[in-house]
Amino acid sequence: MKCKSLVILLFVCGFFALAAAEEGSGPPDSTHVDSIPPPTPVSMLTARDSENDHGHSVTLMWELSTDDGAGQNSVLSYEIFRWVPFFMDTLQSIRDSLAGAEGTIAEQLRKRRDQAIAMIPGAHKSYPEQGGWRKIGTALSGQSSYEDVGVKDRGSPDYMADHTDYYYLVDAVTADPAIRAPSEIVGPVQSFGQFFNTGRIPVFVAVLVFGLLTILFVTRARRGAELYVRPLAGIEAVDDAIGRATEMGKPILYVLGLGSAADIGTIASFTILGRVAKRVAEYQTKLIVPCYDPIVMTVAQETVKAAFLDAGRPDDYYEDIVYFVTQSQFAYVAAVNGTMLRELPATNMYMGVFFAESLILAETGALAGSIQIAGTDQVAQLPFFIVACDYTLIGEELYAASAYLGREPILLGSLKAQDYAKAAVIILAALGLLAASLNWTAFINLFSVTS
Amino acid sequence: MRRTTIIAMAVVLGLFILSWILRSASYVTVQEHYLIGGLKVTFSAFLTLAILSFLYKDNPFYKFAEHLFVGVSAAFWMSMGFWTTIVGNLVPRISQSLSEFFQVPYQPGSYNFVYFIPVILGIMLLMRLSRNRGWLARWPLAFIVGTTAGLNFVRYLRSDFMEQVSATFVPLFVDWKGVGYFISHFSLSASGQFVAIVANWVIFLGVICGIIYFFFSKEHKGVFGAASRVGIWVLMITFGASFGYTVMGRISLLVGRITFLFRDWLGWIS
Repeated sequence: MKCKSLVILLFVCGFFALAAAEEGSGPPDSTHVDSIPPPTPVSMLTARDSENDHGHSVTLMWELSTDDGAGQNSVLSYEIFRWVPFFMDTLQSIRDSLAGAEGTIAEQLRKRRDQAIAMIPGAHKSYPEQGGWRKIGTALSGQSSYEDVGVKDRGSPDYMADHTDYYYLVDAVTADPAIRAPSEIVGPVQSFGQFFNTGRIPVFVAVLVFGLLTILFVTRARRGAELYVRPLAGIEAVDDAIGRATEMGKPILYVLGLGSAADIGTIASFTILGRVAKRVAEYQTKLIVPCYDPIVMTVAQETVKAAFLDAGRPDDYYEDIVYFVTQSQFAYVAAVNGTMLRELPATNMYMGVFFAESLILAETGALAGSIQIAGTDQVAQLPFFIVACDYTLIGEELYAASAYLGREPILLGSLKAQDYAKAAVIILAALGLLAASLNWTAFINLFSVTS
Repeated sequence: MRRTTIIAMAVVLGLFILSWILRSASYVTVQEHYLIGGLKVTFSAFLTLAILSFLYKDNPFYKFAEHLFVGVSAAFWMSMGFWTTIVGNLVPRISQSLSEFFQVPYQPGSYNFVYFIPVILGIMLLMRLSRNRGWLARWPLAFIVGTTAGLNFVRYLRSDFMEQVSATFVPLFVDWKGVGYFISHFSLSASGQFVAIVANWVIFLGVICGIIYFFFSKEHKGVFGAASRVGIWVLMITFGASFGYTVMGRISLLVGRITFLFRDWLGWIS
């Protein structure tokens, strides 16, 4: 038995030894560094200022080495080099000293640094003397462009001066870093910023068209033209809700949401608040406006104050109608919920920008038995308002509500302009569909916007 | 205060103290002082239950938790606003002496006169506290609303208008090679031709009908009304999907709170 096991063991060892020997004597590994011949360099290397930016950037483009993905298939990456004058090392040492300096020494160093920065373009003129090539980045094989992006901050070591002559070269690099093929040198090239971002021309055209449409309709509205706006159930309900609160002798709770004073939804809400406050002042009903944002509170106070003045009841206005609660989302919700259950408002209005608190507020309002009207442009919160409120203004309707209630020429005019823009979208979508089906890329590219 | 209320409050207080003692016992081995550790967990559990008691009705425990939450958060955010925005960002950029006073590193390289503009606007905003100079507060408000509305106009036109319009440029017949090919290669696979065609039709019709619903200049009657009804159906189906998705997220929050109560506080689950 022992003899049999020994034979098997010897057989297995022999098998592995043979396999190892065969492995060693096989064809050489293609990536073995000793066997790599020098690759062909990249060709047609070009350098130009990066388009549509604020400067401080140069874009390099080249045609791949013939050994990249073909031929000997030995190119693993491309290393990009920029010629840098020795003077830049002096500048960097000044920056390093400045980092740890204080007081007058720092002030002197800052002056020296600024003087040195002003000399950068001149130092680059000394090419190819008094400088050397410095690696600035790497592009992987298959990549035929590289953007040398510097920074605008003059204090940063990555600062890249505009209007300065830069020279570049690209090395095709193999698995052995020593085996590489440099390209021809390209330069001088200068970086500079552009006033206009041509990639955003479609946006510019849209701004012009929409702006002209708005001016046209605002002018028409000011001249007294009758601009039709279809009735919206949620808006029609506002006056009824105020009347109901007056009859019941209960207050109206108006929540402006969690948006800032700069959010479009909040701005639309201010207009609606103005209209509601005016009616409230006329009917002498109580209004409660708890605010999440102090700036929103300030604007809301001004809005309500102006509305009471318009209604001819400035004496009925007091600052505590609009009050600040807190800037913590759920603490704000807790406070508003408490107000709902203690004050039992006849009507709750949620108009503006809402987040996760929307359903909590609307559910509590429903528990309190209030009529609820909501409006928001936050798509994720609309479902909650729809299920828990009596009326909901969906997205655009919130903006339309302010125009519908206010009937001001500016708002009506912009609403009309929006409608015409929507009609344009429908036509463009149909044309785009046709273009996509027939592969008219020229039409589709008209609408592509770059950053 | 009614007698039953007083008894209820006394019972809750007793339970709170009992819980504190029991939880503190489990913190003896922890580095933190065991009484503090026990208090933290017990008080957190008390506040959680106090807020949840709102589901029954408004009560003194909810009021206590609400007022504590509002007071603490308002003070916290005010403090954060002062120390991070004014002391953290503004002071080191405009004044060395103030930086030394608040013991923050002065950043002379970041000095820029532009930083004085928000300082001036902020002071003007505070003028609303003055009865005679209150009108000055309207200028910074107008600045905030006006500049952001202007910036958003371009931003929205780009992201919500141009990019969404171009996203609707889809072919209604994807990879169309004739009816015979379509039938012979028919598949309900998500990557199949049929699903791709249906998806593009839904995008196109959904966008057109949705826009028609939001068209305010014309009454929704006839064909326009029918398209508008399709639009609202598309919206409602989208909202339904969104509702379900968000509710799942909220349930995970609830699970988190229940886990806290049953594991960290009561220790019933490991």
